Amino acid sequence: MKGQAVSDSKNQLMDNIDQSTELLRFTTAGSVDDGKSTLIGRLLYDSKSIFEDQYEAIKATSERRGEEGVNLALLTDGLKAEREQGITIDVAYRYFATPKRKFIIADTPGHIEYTRNMVTGASTANVALILIDARNGIVEQTRRHAFISSLLQIPHLVVCINKMDLVDYSEDVYNSIKEEFSQFSSKLDVKDVHFIPISALMGDNVVDRSDKTPWYDGTTLMYYLENVHIGSDHNFIDCRFPVQHVIRPYKDEFHDYRGYAGRIAGGIFKKGDEVMILPSGFTTKIAKIETYDGEIAEAYPPMSVTMLLEDDLDLSRGGMIVRENNVPDIEQDIEAMICWFSDKPLTPRGKYGILHTSQDARCIVKEIRYKLNINTLHRDEEDESINMNDIARVVLRTTKPLFTDAYRKNRITGSFVLVDEATNNTVGAGMII
Amino acid sequence: MNYQLNHLRELEAESIYVLREVAAQFEKPVLMFSGGKDSILMVHLAMKAFHPAKIPFTLLHVDTGHNFDETIAYRDNLVAKLGAKLVVGSVQEAIDSGMVREEKGFNASRNGLQTAVLLNELEKGKYDAAMGGARRDEEKARAKERFFSHRDEFGQWDPKNQRPELWNIFNGKKQFGEHFRIFPISNWTELDVWQYLAMEEVELPSLYFAHKRKVFKRDGTLLADSPVIQKRPTEEVFETMVRCRTIGDITCTGVWESDADNLEKIIQEVSTTRMTERGGRTDDKRSETSMEDRKKKGYF
Repeated sequence: MKGQAVSDSKNQLMDNIDQSTELLRFTTAGSVDDGKSTLIGRLLYDSKSIFEDQYEAIKATSERRGEEGVNLALLTDGLKAEREQGITIDVAYRYFATPKRKFIIADTPGHIEYTRNMVTGASTANVALILIDARNGIVEQTRRHAFISSLLQIPHLVVCINKMDLVDYSEDVYNSIKEEFSQFSSKLDVKDVHFIPISALMGDNVVDRSDKTPWYDGTTLMYYLENVHIGSDHNFIDCRFPVQHVIRPYKDEFHDYRGYAGRIAGGIFKKGDEVMILPSGFTTKIAKIETYDGEIAEAYPPMSVTMLLEDDLDLSRGGMIVRENNVPDIEQDIEAMICWFSDKPLTPRGKYGILHTSQDARCIVKEIRYKLNINTLHRDEEDESINMNDIARVVLRTTKPLFTDAYRKNRITGSFVLVDEATNNTVGAGMII
Repeated sequence: MNYQLNHLRELEAESIYVLREVAAQFEKPVLMFSGGKDSILMVHLAMKAFHPAKIPFTLLHVDTGHNFDETIAYRDNLVAKLGAKLVVGSVQEAIDSGMVREEKGFNASRNGLQTAVLLNELEKGKYDAAMGGARRDEEKARAKERFFSHRDEFGQWDPKNQRPELWNIFNGKKQFGEHFRIFPISNWTELDVWQYLAMEEVELPSLYFAHKRKVFKRDGTLLADSPVIQKRPTEEVFETMVRCRTIGDITCTGVWESDADNLEKIIQEVSTTRMTERGGRTDDKRSETSMEDRKKKGYF
């Protein structure tokens, strides 16, 4: 039997798929006690992203455990190894969609020993969701989450003051937590902070507005997630195109074809643009920007495209196409904040592999400027022991120049990972200053 | 001008990026092709990623021998169209040669046997990366899977010791003899896949569309009537309109009563359905952690 043709009802069909549905990635950090799992369960349940068989399974488990009602937190139950220890070990990705947006949640554990997971989850997020138990107010963990969100430059921060039902939906409690958080976050590099009083358990202000918080005139969490403006989260100013792969078809009809394949890391590229290629520094023009679906007039982040240049120049993986009047830093001495991931501490003066955009190089840790206490933000310039989950400012010297921007300016060209040369494990993540 | 990609185009760009990283970082990558919609999507994305060159990957099909006939016809047709190289790892041959032993009884399945055949093929072909169409929304053990998933020389997955994956930096470095499993469509959901396949007008196997078929009911799931499934005397065969939501081994792939005979109806059905797509997979139902256990041993 032949496959079914689809084009008949295509137009009508595409009307039903809303072409403007955006993708929003957010990270949640918090411990079990904050009600994080309950909140995620609530978002999934109220947006009807939970299937009957999943619901039946957690209902049965709740009954077996003798719990009152259906425990939505069980929806985010993970691996056997985690259930045995009653903890979350790793970042789990979860998905739900509303007619407006599709959401990817990077659900990360909040304990200090999992800072590395929070950093991982935060690296691609548009929004960070920080949970505070209204009864406890701001605790050490809250500060840590806020700091990591700012370190990783998550563009939007939403602080959910949870368990409002347990403080009688008190406006005073809400205001004092909000005040205290604002004071703390003013010391951090966060641009956009929102506060929402919620009860994940009861569903107040999560998807539906609560009638128990008449003093609150802001939006619900779901409304915020559906409407927060993420159109400017990419860098559209500084043109950066790291070459990932060179396409050479070796077919007669494409005899001299050299296509530079990659994903736009910044800026808007147009056909005919004068560009400079790195590392050689030669200039040429963009002859064509192609995709499988044909030529396109312009390309912007995060598109994956293929560029063809007017001149035949030496350019391959690890190279970068930029604008002549706006080049990245071409550096072998890199100053960065790093988060350490390995149980083997960082070796001062040690050598590591470094992966940055499509470049693969080696580096030496020249200097540890200071270790940061992420709870107090205190900088310890004497302490050179960088252990798992520690955050430090370091200076690296690389074997070849990297084409970098400050992480503040571009999360793609401003980031790198460090690799242990013996085990090949990823042992650190860096944000260039 | 609005510089914003919709969610399908953003997922497409991400997957193409991953596929290109695979081509750049590995010497001999292989793309796992099962004939299901997820592997069809992967092939389609690979075609886009390397256009106008050919897909730089060999396709590998681990064939349990218990297929829907339509799957094999579709596979061969697609391979011919792409001009790609196809390698078939046969579970039947592995049984015949005594490498693995077949399960017996009513719920016998060759699903578990696939792991041994897969690992054998990877070793034989000296493949250093195997791409699969697994998605994180499918199953809880898959929710924690990386795009680049490192495997030791036994093909094992260690969920407690995965490499952190940040931004869009993928670390594919490995020791000799180790390999990677790579999941380029990790972030797609079932609905995304259908919407995208419809948008791109990708030809699909007829099994996904509602058709009349002889079926019988077991443990609440409809299974296709086939000579390779042993039926109990009480299990009555009847004919009804069904379609597949996943396509796998015929012995454990449930079919769904449905009248969705075109993509529009399928998307409608998927977006309003109240059951997970793997809900019909009896291989997942063996225990609460069957996927996690199989993955640790080297299953996809």
